[in-house]
Amino acid sequence: MKETPLSNCERRFLLRAIEERKRLDGRQTYDYRNIRISFGTDYGCCIVELGKTRVLGQVSCELVAPKLNRATEGILFFNLELSQMAAPAFEPGRYLNLFLKLLYISDVWLKISKMIYLFKIHFQVWQIRVDLHLLNHDGNIIDAASIAAVVALCHFRRPDVSVQGDEVTLYTPEERDPVPLSIHHMPICVSFAFFQQGTYLLVDPNEREERVMDGLLVIAMNKHREICTIQSSGGIMLLKDQVLRCSKIAGVKVAEITELIQKALENDQKVRKEGGKFGFAESIANQRITAFKMEKATIDTSDVEEKAEEIIAEAEPPSEVVSKPVLWTPGTAQIGEGVENSWGDLEDSEKEDDDEGGSDEAILLDSIKMDTGIEVSDIGSQDAPIILSDSEEEEMIILEPDKNPKKIRTQTTSVKQEKAPNKKPVKRRKKKRAAN
Amino acid sequence: MEEEMHTDAKIRAETGAGSSPRGPGCSLRHFACEQNLLSRPDGSASFLQGDTSVLAGVYGPAEVKVSKEIFNKATLEVILRPKIGLPGVAEKSRERLIRNTCEAVVLGTLHPRTSITVVLQVVSDAGSLLACCLNAACMALVDAGVPMRALFCGVTCALDSDGTLVLDPTSKQEKEARAVLTFAVDNVERKLLMSSTKGLFSDAELQQCLAATQAASQHVFRFYRESLQRRYSKS
Repeated sequence: MKETPLSNCERRFLLRAIEERKRLDGRQTYDYRNIRISFGTDYGCCIVELGKTRVLGQVSCELVAPKLNRATEGILFFNLELSQMAAPAFEPGRYLNLFLKLLYISDVWLKISKMIYLFKIHFQVWQIRVDLHLLNHDGNIIDAASIAAVVALCHFRRPDVSVQGDEVTLYTPEERDPVPLSIHHMPICVSFAFFQQGTYLLVDPNEREERVMDGLLVIAMNKHREICTIQSSGGIMLLKDQVLRCSKIAGVKVAEITELIQKALENDQKVRKEGGKFGFAESIANQRITAFKMEKATIDTSDVEEKAEEIIAEAEPPSEVVSKPVLWTPGTAQIGEGVENSWGDLEDSEKEDDDEGGSDEAILLDSIKMDTGIEVSDIGSQDAPIILSDSEEEEMIILEPDKNPKKIRTQTTSVKQEKAPNKKPVKRRKKKRAAN
Repeated sequence: MEEEMHTDAKIRAETGAGSSPRGPGCSLRHFACEQNLLSRPDGSASFLQGDTSVLAGVYGPAEVKVSKEIFNKATLEVILRPKIGLPGVAEKSRERLIRNTCEAVVLGTLHPRTSITVVLQVVSDAGSLLACCLNAACMALVDAGVPMRALFCGVTCALDSDGTLVLDPTSKQEKEARAVLTFAVDNVERKLLMSSTKGLFSDAELQQCLAATQAASQHVFRFYRESLQRRYSKS
């Protein structure tokens, strides 16, 4: 879907408002939107909401052979998916630039920051995979994604491993409690949007503001005020003291966000330890009018058997399959007569072949057809050698008389016997027309 | 009593006085649904069944690419994204099942040459995923205001080795079951819209599962009704 273009009056309005130090949602220049972190029931699953921007993060791990040039390090694999749910314009293939940029930033930041120390376990290393899915795009994907990745990695628990000499034992979660990853530090990205050639600056731009911005500066920092990554895009020219000022602001923001993350992680851990309810079900607010919960419901299925028997008794028996196979020669049989040639009068070809795939196999698989109208694969009635017709889209296949033909129809009802008729020696097969 | 329910809120009550090993009183896990939680899509819903959670977003009726347009009805597209890894063949087949179900109920002829896109994101999978996807898709379509001739719901049944029917199975139950059947029914006449089965079962068992599904669907539709009533009522 094409993205709705931004109207000129909206653009002018936003820029004028920014010049007057006003933002549409009432924030100040350096204010972040509300950050809300919720965890799922599995370890390593979290949803982060930065205002209305929503990112789902999931961490998973497996043991693999290490990379050849880094034989002792674990592998951290990072994937950010801009789901089509997030914005109508995020079709696969489109938006490649934005996507690549985001991927690059996130990748660079995460790898360079060497957040996690993954050691080698006897010829195998852990491969940690972080999957981030953007669910709703309301600006500042990079920050939201970085928070989600950090939270998911801190929340994740990997299976415990013990090495005895040459033997490596991987314990399931039931045998031994999974252990958390060893995290050095938590780098968080902070985005600054610049307007009017660098005159005005906003922290945490939302989607409208991103549309009218000139350039973006992203600083990834941890709470010890160490800069992990700086990236400037959009071609804006910044002065040195602007960049320094941004890094100071970033330091403050990162400290706040890190504290929020720690609190959320602690809360979740407490709830899990005390055995309370946790997971996404709990984070659905009860008071919201758009949310509704229902406790488990017992269903009375005691009459299910009787009903079923009734139905089977009342149902008509499946229609008789008229299958009178005619054996022409050993290895050649015929069932049915075939339909009239519907191609009109072609002097040469009398045969009508059947392999049309007229009833879509896929549909047969999807739905139960209670009517048992079976289309039997038809073979031309004549037994003379097949004459080719004028159609170009045919490939001629010669089957040996004793070879088993391929089965063409799948039947949903189990009525028809599985006797695949043997085909004639020479068979015309039209190319299967793609029904979808 | 709270403590037992914290991870898996589900009881299997063995009613029926043990007369038949089939069809004890089954139960559905606890449901939760939130609508309109995303600001960009036209309609969105998050559906939770126990620990399984699916988020659905609907865009439409909207512009469609000329190559995909159908002259007399809307083009319905379903996209299902797994949580981990890239989408594969299993997702494609589920997308197709959900699309066929939606096409049966959505009144596409009211919006010709448009596209209706349903995007589903698996948030957590703890059994009966396809049914949860169907339910989320239905609620999201309702939230988006797409005209439909009926609502639909999905219910999963599992048959274990001694023929006991379990509704809304967890992933552990699905793994140990001999057959897992998922059905989609509509709410007008409880007719079957879609079925997807895996495993071995007799046709008597199939009919029993269908009857159980129809019974369970009543509860799901009641849940839909109550949640929509809560949202749209004036009091």
